[in-house]
Amino acid sequence: MTESAGIGGAGGKPIISIREVSKIFGGAVTAVDDVSLDIHEGEFFALLGPSGCGKTTLLRMLAGFEIPSLGQVLLDGQSLDGVPPNKRPINMVFQSYAVFPHMSVFDNVAYGLKITGVDKAETMARVDEALELVKLGGFGGRRPDQLSGGQRQRVALARALVKRPRVLLLDEPLSALDAKLREAMQLELVRLRETVGITFVIVTHDQAEALSMANRIAVMESGKVRQVAGPAELYEYPNCRFVADFIGKMNLFEGRVTGLAGNQITVQVEGLGEVTLPAVEQAEGEVGIAVRPEKLRLDREDPGAGRIAFRGRVSEVAYYGDTSNIFITDAAGRAVSANIQNEARRTDSHVAVGDDLWCSWDPQDTLVLTG
Amino acid sequence: MESWRRNPLVFWVINLPPSLWLLFFFLIPLGLIWIFSFGEKRGVVDIEITWTLANYLRAMDPLYLQIFAKSLWFTAITTLLCLAVGFPIAFGISFAPAKWKPWLLLAIILPFWTNLLIRTYALIAVLRTRGYVNFTLEWFWDQGNWLLALLGLGQYQLLGAQFEALPLLYNNFAVVFGLVYVHLPFTVLPLYAALERMDSSYIEASLDLGAGQFRTFFTVVVPLAKAGIISAVIITFIPALGSFLTPDLLGGTDSQMIANVIERQFKSANDWPFGAALSFILMYATFFALALRALLARGSSSMEAA
Amino acid sequence: MSVADEATPAPVLRRRWRREAIGPLDYSRRLWLRLTFLAALVFLYAPIITLIVFSFNDSRRNIVWRGFTFKYYEKALGNESLIEAFTNSLTIALLSTAASVVLGAMVAVLLWRFRFPGKAPLEGAMALPIVIPEICMGVAMLAFFARVGWPSDLIWPFNLGSIIIAHISFSFPFVAMVVRARLANFNRELEEAAKDLGASEWETFRDVLIPFMRPGLVAGGLLAFTLSLDDFVITFFTSGPDTVTFPVKVYSMVRFSVTPEVNAASTVLIVITLVLTALAMWLQNRSGQKAEELG
Repeated sequence: MTESAGIGGAGGKPIISIREVSKIFGGAVTAVDDVSLDIHEGEFFALLGPSGCGKTTLLRMLAGFEIPSLGQVLLDGQSLDGVPPNKRPINMVFQSYAVFPHMSVFDNVAYGLKITGVDKAETMARVDEALELVKLGGFGGRRPDQLSGGQRQRVALARALVKRPRVLLLDEPLSALDAKLREAMQLELVRLRETVGITFVIVTHDQAEALSMANRIAVMESGKVRQVAGPAELYEYPNCRFVADFIGKMNLFEGRVTGLAGNQITVQVEGLGEVTLPAVEQAEGEVGIAVRPEKLRLDREDPGAGRIAFRGRVSEVAYYGDTSNIFITDAAGRAVSANIQNEARRTDSHVAVGDDLWCSWDPQDTLVLTG
Repeated sequence: MESWRRNPLVFWVINLPPSLWLLFFFLIPLGLIWIFSFGEKRGVVDIEITWTLANYLRAMDPLYLQIFAKSLWFTAITTLLCLAVGFPIAFGISFAPAKWKPWLLLAIILPFWTNLLIRTYALIAVLRTRGYVNFTLEWFWDQGNWLLALLGLGQYQLLGAQFEALPLLYNNFAVVFGLVYVHLPFTVLPLYAALERMDSSYIEASLDLGAGQFRTFFTVVVPLAKAGIISAVIITFIPALGSFLTPDLLGGTDSQMIANVIERQFKSANDWPFGAALSFILMYATFFALALRALLARGSSSMEAA
Repeated sequence: MSVADEATPAPVLRRRWRREAIGPLDYSRRLWLRLTFLAALVFLYAPIITLIVFSFNDSRRNIVWRGFTFKYYEKALGNESLIEAFTNSLTIALLSTAASVVLGAMVAVLLWRFRFPGKAPLEGAMALPIVIPEICMGVAMLAFFARVGWPSDLIWPFNLGSIIIAHISFSFPFVAMVVRARLANFNRELEEAAKDLGASEWETFRDVLIPFMRPGLVAGGLLAFTLSLDDFVITFFTSGPDTVTFPVKVYSMVRFSVTPEVNAASTVLIVITLVLTALAMWLQNRSGQKAEELG
C-alpha cells in the first residue's frame, strides 16, 4: 500500500473538491457547516464523527441525494451542480445495502449496466467478474432473501463496483455486521480498493475502523470538519480537544501558558505544577495538556528529572488480557488512566489497588491543545 | 391465549350472544336467499323451492350477461382511474414532511366519512345540465364570444350559435365519475401504507446506479409496492362492483349495474328467486376477488421478507 | 490540504443563497405532484362545499348566488316528515350502537382470549358482514323479515325493530374489529397482577379489562353510530312506509329534484358526522398516546 506512506496523501490530484459547502435543512437545521476539503485520486478517505455530525449528509451530497444549500462539489474540476445522482460517475453502498428484494443477485448487479445499455455478453462477463471480486462467484441465481447480511453487503459492493465509478461511497458499511465479520471485512475492503484502484469514501462513527482502513480521515463535529490527516498524524497530533478525545483514549489536564523561551514553553498545570514542553504555535493563555494512556510509565521510585511526573494511588485495575488499564488518583482526586502491556506471563497483578506509585511521561509525548 | 376449557363459563357467556345473533340475523337470512335462488315463483309472494337451476341459467341470458359485463367494465375503469390518481397522491403523502402526513391523509379520507347519499346528491348538482360545471362552461363560452366579437370575428359564430350544455348526468360517464369520486379514498389508504413502509434507499440505489426517475418508478417502486397495489385494487373493486346508489342516481337507462337489477327483482318486478340468484352470483364474484387477493398476497409476501 | 479555515468567520451571508433546491427524493415538493394532490382535493371537496354553500343561497333555482339566508333550514325544520325521518334515524343509531358495542366487545374478548375449535370459521363469519356487498345483505334482510312474518304495525319505536336488527348485524363486526385492535396492546400481566392480588374473574374483567378497552369501545361505538346514521341501502330494503329514515327520505326527495331544503338537511347531517368522526379520532389518538407513555 503505497498511499499510506505519505501522510496526508497530498501528492495525488484532487478527484473531488468540496468547496465551502453548507447544508441547511428546512432553513433552520445546519447539518453541514461551511466544509471545504479535497479527496485525492486513489485514496481511501474516511469521514469520521459521532452521529449527527453531518458526515452522512456530506456523503449524500457527493452522491447527489442532497443538494448543497451553499457552496459546490467538483468532480475532476467540473461542478456537479444540477447533475442528478443517476448522471454522476459515483456509486454508493448503502447502510441498509438496499439490495433489490424482487431481483436475483445477478439482476441486482446487472441493473446498472442494463440501464447504460451495455450489451448482453459484456454484462454477463462484467457481472461474473464483479461477483468473483467480492467472492460471490456462483451466487448469481440466488434471491436476496437467501443471503446472509454479509453476503448482501457483498452484492451491494459488486453492484456499485461493476459500474466502474470514479468514486465509491460507503455509508457505514460495516455497522450491521457482527464484530468478527466486521474485522474481516475491514481488511477485505482495503484489499478490494487496491485491486480496483477506485477512490473510496467511507462514512463511519467507529474510530478504529477509520484508523485501520483509511489513508486520510476527516474528523467532523456538529457540521464542521475539525481535522483532516492520516491515521497516525490524527492519533499522535490531534489539533483540538474534540479530536484528541474522539480518537482513542486521552488523559487531559487544563493549564495556563506562563512563559515562552526559544522553542520551549512553560505551562502551569493544575496538579502537576509548572512543566516545560516543546513550543507549539498559538499556544497562549488557557491550553489543554494531554497524554495518551500508553505513553505513561508507572514506577515505584521517583523517575527523576526530564520527565513530567506526579505521585498517586492506584484506584482501579481493569484487566483486558493483553493489556491492563490502571487508574491512578492523585492527591486532588483526579484520575488518570495508564495502559500497561502485560508482557510477562503471570496471573497475579504486579500493580494492586492501593499501591502508591509515580506516574510519569516524556514531555515529547505531551500534546498542547489550543482548540 | 388460553383454551376455552379452562374457563367454560366465561367462554359461553361471551360466545353465545354474538354467535347466535350472527346466526339468526345474518347467516339464516343469507341462507334463506341462497335457498330462494333455487326456487320458483308461484303467485305474488309464494315461492316454491324446487332446487331448479333455472334462475342461474336465466342470469346467463345475453340481456343480463351484458349487464354483468357492463358492471365489470365500469368497475374495472373505476379501479384503474382510482389507481392512476391514487398512486401519485399516496406517493406524495408518503414523501411529505412527517408533521404534514396525518393531515394530508385526513384530507383524503374525510369525504369518505360524509354520507354516501349526500355525496352522490352533491354530484348531481355539479353535473346536471343546469349544474355548476355547465354553468362555468357557459360563462367561458360567453367570454369567448365576447372576445371574438372584440377581435371582429363575432359574425362567424366560431363557438356555435348557441351554448350547448354537455350531457354530464344520467349516462355512463356520470356513473364512472361517481364511482371514482366515492372510492378514491379506499384506494389511497393501502397504497399509502405500502409506500410508507418502503425503504427509500431502494429508490436511491436505483438512481445511484444510473436509472432515471421514470425507470426507477417502474422497475423498483411499483414491484416493491405490489402487495399494496393488489390490496388497493381489491378494496376498490369489491364495493364498486356491488354499487347500487351511484348507478341508480347518476346513471341513465342504459347504465345499470347488477345491484340495480337485483333491487328491481325485489322491489318492483317481485321475482325474488331470480333476484336471489343474482345476489349470490355477485357474492361469489366478491369471494373470488378476495381469494385472488389472498393468493397473490402469499406470492408476494415471500419476496417482501428480504 | 484545505480544511475550512476557522479563523475567518464563515462568509455565509456574503455568498449567494440558493433557494432550497429540490433534491431527487423531495417528491412532495415536485410541482406536478402538488398539482395532482390539489386537483384531487378539488375533485373530492368541491361538490360537498358547493352543496353546503348553496344551502344558504336565497334562490330556489339554486345556481346563482342571491344572498345569504337561513330560510331553507327553517323550511327543513318545518317539514314534519323530514323531522320524523331524522328522529327515526337518531333512535335507530342510538339503539343499534348500544347493542353493537356490547356484542362487538364480546366477540373481541372471545377471539382475543380463547383458543377453541371452530375459531377460524367464526372469525371468517364475523368478517362476512363487512365484506359482502350491501345490496346482498339488504335483500337477505328483506326476505328474512318477510318470511318470519315480522309484525309491521307496532307502535313507535318498536316498529323500527327490523331496521335496528339489520343495523346491529352490520355494525357489531366493525366494533369487534376496533376493540380487538385495542386489546392486541393489552399486557396480560396486568390481568395476572389483579388475580394475584385476589380479584375474581369478574372483578378482574370489571376493574382491569373494561377500563383498558374503554377507548376502543368509545371509538367503535362512534363508528357504529356513524355507519347506522349513514346507511341507505340496507335500510332501504328493511324500512316500510311508516319507518322512513333520514337517508331514505332524502333519497325520495332527490329522486324528484334538487332543492335547497335537501341541501340544508344534508349540511346538518354532514356536520353531525364530522363532529362524531373528529371525536372518535381524537379519542383514539389520545388513547394511543397514553399507551405510548405507559409503554
